[in-house]
Amino acid sequence: MLSTLWNSNLGWVLLSTMTLGIAAGAIGCIAYWKRQNLMSDALSHAALPGVVIAFFILGEKNLLVIIIGAAISSLIGALFIQWITTSSRISEDSAMGMILAVFYGFGIMLLTIANRSAGGNQSGLDSFIFGQAAAMVRSDVITMLILALIVLFIVFIGFKEWKIFLFDQQFAGGIGLSVKGMNTLYTIVLVLTIVIGIQAVGVILMAALLIIPAVSARYWTQSFRTMILLSAVIGGLSGAIGTLISSYGRGLPTGPFIVVIGAGFFVLSLVFGKEKGILIHYVQYKLQRKNQLQGWKQEVGGR
Amino acid sequence: MNEVVLNVNNLFASYRKTNVLHSINIDVHAGSLTGIIGPNGAGKSTLIKTILNLHPPLTGSVKFFNEPFRKAKRRIGYVPQRGAVDWDFPTDALDVVTMGLYGKIGWLKRPTKKDKAKAYEALDKMGMADFADRQISQLSGGQQQRVFLARALVQDADLYFMDEPLAGVDAATERAIMTILQELKAKGKTVLVVHHDLQTVEDYFDHVLLLNRTVISHGRTAEVFTRDKIAETYGGNMRWMGASS
Repeated sequence: MLSTLWNSNLGWVLLSTMTLGIAAGAIGCIAYWKRQNLMSDALSHAALPGVVIAFFILGEKNLLVIIIGAAISSLIGALFIQWITTSSRISEDSAMGMILAVFYGFGIMLLTIANRSAGGNQSGLDSFIFGQAAAMVRSDVITMLILALIVLFIVFIGFKEWKIFLFDQQFAGGIGLSVKGMNTLYTIVLVLTIVIGIQAVGVILMAALLIIPAVSARYWTQSFRTMILLSAVIGGLSGAIGTLISSYGRGLPTGPFIVVIGAGFFVLSLVFGKEKGILIHYVQYKLQRKNQLQGWKQEVGGR
Repeated sequence: MNEVVLNVNNLFASYRKTNVLHSINIDVHAGSLTGIIGPNGAGKSTLIKTILNLHPPLTGSVKFFNEPFRKAKRRIGYVPQRGAVDWDFPTDALDVVTMGLYGKIGWLKRPTKKDKAKAYEALDKMGMADFADRQISQLSGGQQQRVFLARALVQDADLYFMDEPLAGVDAATERAIMTILQELKAKGKTVLVVHHDLQTVEDYFDHVLLLNRTVISHGRTAEVFTRDKIAETYGGNMRWMGASS
């Protein structure tokens, strides 16, 4: 069964969504500790205009070109957010909310025009909204895999630099690490992860693949290294399982399934997680009260 | 007189449209322990951040050991304000101290056992050996500050900048930190400390830098830390004297 899976297109698609999930899980941890989860949501929505414009320019759907278009669009969104935040009195979350809505609205407008144009409705551009892994061909998969591996390489090669940058930016600057450079690298890696995911997961739900694995992993560990690894595993499993389930029905979108599987992992973590999971927290609380009461009873002589 | 280890020349700094620091000229000599004193909003933290290039200056130049920051960074140690970091971050005390060695370890390499041993030694020196594998979120304010000091110690720098290391710590931690600062000074290292408690200035520091947007006075404590100059720095508001202690 495994060999047939491997030979089919599905095997390759599974491999690529799993790698995407792993990369998103790892980057999601960095976003989590930068306290910038909404940023990933804003930037993934901001990718949509770039997708459609890339399609207009090329006249056909080529994933690499669309990814480049999406990345440019998303980076422009990031620059706008930064510009609004630093040069006006508008706060960062308002700026992100604005960019998210405006870029997404603009993208949908362009998409409607594209769908009305000749051949546009067969273009499969709609699949970029909710994701359609089944629509991916071999070359798409290879593009995704290579980019995801680049992202993972950047995260793991600079592991201790990321850690100090996230924990203590001032000290990082004090030992001569370029905080500005790290911020730029972070934005590039985040955008790269988002744009390689939009075909499989879609612009609306891509942020969930960045956020959910990281918050789930937080319930299991008190080590940053373990958190990144665990988040990557949860992201990878969500990607693979979600893709597998969505492939059973014709034309099912992949993104929602991936997100629902990820949410499943989150609920498991929330309840059973050993670090402040609900269950362990409750048991600890009960035990503590019991011990306290026993100690007290002994003290007052069992009366 | 000892060698000049820090030279600040005509430094100006601002945040957005607010001018914070102007015409800052400072020479700090090797082996001195200097308290940076001034009212809230005087720009004490900004001064340190601008000197270390964490905040870009409007104009002016800074030299460490007669060299620019880039060349001297291995010889500089820094203790940021405790409130500047996220103590919920998943890591333990030993790991935070090891971060002090990251600059020396360099890119792409992981800390070795030897590095960890060095970090442990520094924790021990701060009386924190028993807390080496304790989560930083579970440490008290004083313990967190000791971890920061230990991290600065492993940097093995020649010139230290410390931003309010004594703010909000218990008496035992304050004594432990001051002992370490005296030891650093005895070894010929230079230390600049942002300090807020005027009552202890004369006991703790041999040099004082009075700051309020610009340098009001800088020199030996006995000469600089006088009633008139303090009044000038604090804008005549002298209620702190006698009232609090």
